[in-house]
Formats: sequence, C-alpha cells, structure tokens
Amino acid sequence: MSLLELHGICKSFGAIQALTDVSLEVEPGEVVGLMGDNGAGKSTLVKIVAGNFPPTSGTSAVDGRPVEFHRPVDARSIGIEVVYQELALADNLTAAANVFLGRELRRRFGPFGFLDHRAMNRRASALFAELKSETRAGDLVRQMSGGQRQAVAIARTRLAQARLILMDEPTAAISVRQVAEVLDLIRRLRDSGIAIILISHRMPDVFAVADRVVVLRRGRKVADKPVASSSPEEVTGLITGALEAA
Amino acid sequence: MTTEFSNVRQRPWYLHPHLNSQALYVFAALVILVAAISVVSSAFLTTGNLLNISKNFAYIGIASLGVTLVIITAGIDLSVGSVMALTAIVTSLLFRATAEWPTAAVPGLTLAICVTAGLALAAFVGTVNGLLIARLGLSPFVTTLGTLSICRGLGYVITEGRGVIVTGPDVSIFYAITDGTLLGIPTPLLFLLALAVWMGVFLHQTAWGRYVFAIGGNERAASLTGVPVERVKVSIYVASSLMAGFAGILMAGWLGSVPANLAFGYELRIIAAAVIGGANLSGGAGGPAGAVIGAALIEVIRNGLVLSRVSAYWQDTLVGLIIILAVLVDRLRERRAS
Ligand SMILES: Nc1ncnc2c1ncn2[C@@H]1O[C@H](COP(=O)(O)OP(=O)(O)OP(=O)(O)O)[C@@H](O)[C@H]1O
Ligand SMILES: [Mg+2]
Repeated sequence: MSLLELHGICKSFGAIQALTDVSLEVEPGEVVGLMGDNGAGKSTLVKIVAGNFPPTSGTSAVDGRPVEFHRPVDARSIGIEVVYQELALADNLTAAANVFLGRELRRRFGPFGFLDHRAMNRRASALFAELKSETRAGDLVRQMSGGQRQAVAIARTRLAQARLILMDEPTAAISVRQVAEVLDLIRRLRDSGIAIILISHRMPDVFAVADRVVVLRRGRKVADKPVASSSPEEVTGLITGALEAA
Repeated sequence: MTTEFSNVRQRPWYLHPHLNSQALYVFAALVILVAAISVVSSAFLTTGNLLNISKNFAYIGIASLGVTLVIITAGIDLSVGSVMALTAIVTSLLFRATAEWPTAAVPGLTLAICVTAGLALAAFVGTVNGLLIARLGLSPFVTTLGTLSICRGLGYVITEGRGVIVTGPDVSIFYAITDGTLLGIPTPLLFLLALAVWMGVFLHQTAWGRYVFAIGGNERAASLTGVPVERVKVSIYVASSLMAGFAGILMAGWLGSVPANLAFGYELRIIAAAVIGGANLSGGAGGPAGAVIGAALIEVIRNGLVLSRVSAYWQDTLVGLIIILAVLVDRLRERRAS
C-alpha cells in the first residue's frame, strides 16, 4: 500500500491554473525527485500535501485512507514534514525558536503553559549535532549563513517521527560540501524507512539520491519513471518541453 | 565529516542582546536627563514631583504597552487615543445611568458593571480593527486611522461635545482604585508596572507571545509553519484597545470628569513612547521595558521643561528630536550587532 496517494489534484489561483490533474504515489522509504521549470507547480503541490491550502479538486490518501488537511498541523500529525523553498524562518528569532515554531515545548502550571526554553535549546542542539551543522541553538537566524538556515529548516523535520518529508529545493544556495551533507542525510532518512519528495533544479542531486523522477510541466505531470531507466538528457527535454512525455 | 564555518564568530560581551538593547540605551539617556534636570532645578527630585511624573506617564505608558504589542507584529494602532476617550466617556455615563439600579445597593457592583462594559466596548473596537486587518488584509494604518476618527466622533456625538462628570454610587471606590496610592505609590503607576510585568512574561514565556514575534519577523513563515496568524493578530489589536481603554478609565478617575476631547492627539505620544523604547515599526522587535522607559522619558522632558521655566510648548519639538535620535541609535546598534 502506498504511503501517499494523490489523485487528480487540480489547483487554481484565480485565473492561474497551477496544477492540472496530478496523480502521484509515494511508497515508504522511497525518494522521489520532483522536477520542473520555474512556475511548473512544484511548490504548489508541496503546499497542498503540507496542508497549507486545499486543492481545488482531487483527493489524497495516506496508507490508503482518504485524508483532508486544513492546517499544517493536520499533515504533521500523521507524519508529514516540510522544508519550504523559502525556508520559512523568522529572522528575529533564535535557531531553537524557529525549529519549534508552531509546536513549542511547554511546561504546565495549572491552566498556564510556559515555554520550556531549556528543553527546546537542548533538543535543537542535539538535532544540529545530528545534522553535523555548527548551528548554535541560541543564535538569531538573522546572523546565520545560508547553510545554517538550511540546517534550521531541516532540523524542524526531525522533531517528530516523520514518515514523509517534502524538501523544496533544500540544496539551493548552499555550498558543495553542504549539498553533500544534505544528500547524505536524505540517504540516511530513506534507509530508516522515511519517504522523501525532493524538489531540485539540480539534475546531479536528483540522480544521486532519487529512486524515481517525476516531471511537472505547466502544472501537468509529464513523466514518472525510475531514475535507472531515465537520463539527465531525457529529463531536461521533459522539463523544457522538447520531449512531449515519457 | 568535519565542518568548519569561518563565519561563525563569538560576539563580544558588550554586544550581548541584553546589554545591546534599545531599552537599556534609552534608560541610560533617561538617567542622564534626570541628573541634568536635577542640577538645573532643585524641585525636580522631590518626592512630590516624582510621584507627579510617575502618575502622568502611567496613562501614556499603559496604552504604549498595547501599541508595542501591535508594533511587534509589524502593525500600528492609531486609534488608541480615541479609544481612551470613548471608553472613559461610556464608563462615566454608565455610572450615572446605573445609579438608580438595584445593583447600587451592593458596594462595588456598579463599578464592576460599568468598567466591564467600558472595556467590552474597547475590546469590540479592537476586534473590529483586528478582523479588518487580519482577515480582510486592510492596511493597519488606514484601518486604525478610520477607527480613530469613528471613536472620536462617537465620543462627541454621545456627549454632544460636553464633558461628563464622574459621579455614581461607587465613586469613592472608583477614585481609590484609579487615583489612590498603595504603600505611597500612585495606583496608575502600579497598574502600569503590573501590566508591564504581565506583558514581559506573556511575550517571552508563552507560545502565543512567541507567535507575536514570529509574525513580525516573517508573517509568511509563521503562517506556513502553522502559527494561527489571524487569531494572534486579532488578539493583539484587542489587547491594544483594552489597554488604551483601561488607561482612559484611569484618566477619568484622575480628572474627576471626562472632557469630550480627552486624550486628544495622545496616539502620537503613545506611539512615540513605544518607538523610543525600541519597538521597530517594521516589526519583530520591542518590549514592555522599552514602552515604559520611553513613556517616562517623554514625561521627564515635559516636566523638566516646566521646572526649568522653559515654555512647555517645546515639548513636542524635543520629543520629535528624540524619536529621530532613538531610531538613529537603533539603526547604529543593529549595524554593530550584525
Ligand atoms: N499563492 C499564490 N497565489 C497565486 N498564484 C500562485 C500562488 N502560488 C503559486 N502561484 C502560481 O502558481 C504557479 C506555480 O507556482 P509554484 O510556486 O508551484 O512553481 P514552482 O514549480 O515551485 O516554481 P519554482 O521552481 O520557481 O519554485 C505559478 O504560475 C505561480 O505564479
Ligand atoms: Mg517552487
């Protein structure tokens, strides 16, 4: 049974048809590379799966059961985590505060819940260590490098026991060495049975870690095949439209 | 795999956020100013004068706490002065209207009813502001400019432009609470300090408070990660109106009557206090200490001018200069920190 099953997903923003009839299945422990030109609809698909907004039409199922997400917590509660393209970090907060944004650890005092700063800092530090990042939990995100920001965004997906992680261009704007670390992390996650949808414009990244490649063009799925039976040339053709479909 | 980030550096101790804060800089300015004025005028550092100052700035300070919350979310609330007036007017009118009610027999009950009703009205104005801004996406500046005018106008309509004298069954309790002293400290100042402490705990120790900062820092990020942006924003505008309304009620107790033009133009001083104290209009920064210190600074300047026999009309000019100076210092501080 598929972990995630999307069927006939359409999404329009007013006159803009961002997604048209997209169906997609993801198996546990599978890495799916999602590719497409700028504006092809990749981030829109991520935000639908993440519960940021509902599709205009179409259905989703997790473990074969139909699901409807209205808020990001809905998706999170069944193990779907996201690294957003824009990283979705608040510059004026610390790394730890960003990691826990929207799901703060609290200590209860009767009817009141107070932030458990110490527990959050400790946990965030442990996550950064696990990601081999030198990000410090107490530092403001404003003062961080691109790679450290990326680490904060990725650390957030490691808080809960995720089953599917959507990564929207996690390797954009970071150094070669840091890219290698992110790809390494993706492999480790896959080995522990977590499914990953990796969005990237970087062909080598997708071919290095993905099992399957899915190509969107102007909101439509034009290809969905094992990486082993495709090639960077073919995918490039599919993205640009030189190849109609595969 | 080993990592080395050459761009990770330890910051020097004097740039630690606690020390390199706008509130602390402004506090230093306040101390210097107090020292300077006390040299010029021997009347300044007398207990009577200090109590007088502290009472005067408490009203601005309380409203400024609320506006600071709004400013942290990158919003603005221009309606606070009018809300102060409208709340004070309605509360005092209710005092008279309920004088004949059977509730008057129970000491304090009339007071509780009237103050609750007044604050409910303030909360209503805040809810309208919040919904228009957070749900419909109207600009905070224009929306609250509108409610500024609506509330001020309603105040004139209800009173026909005349003042309302505060009388009623519980009036002595009312004065004791709003204009009394506790352990020698004026109650408005105690209210200010209590609210400031509450706000500090709220902002830094609760998730809701953290959302306020997150929204000001990056509203899109906050909403993507599932922060209930709309509800937080509405609650913040309600809090701002409530604090303004409460300050208005305290002023009614101080004056003993509510002129229809109560707190006219106060929004500028209230916002100035918040900004001087380090609230950043582009959002994401600010706190209760800054609002209190900013309000104190403005009042010390006014009082100092009076004592130095300089025309009090210089106050606005000086406050304007200090606002610009504060923003300059804020900018320099930021540059040094990054
Ligand atoms: N919130 C929105 N409101 C209106 N239009 C939107 C919105 N989000 C996306 N779109 C439009 O939907 C289309 C798909 O956008 P999307 O961000 O999904 O593309 P993408 O494949 O992620 O592109 P990129 O590679 O540049 O990130 C674009 O035409 C975009 O302008
Ligand atoms: Mg995108």
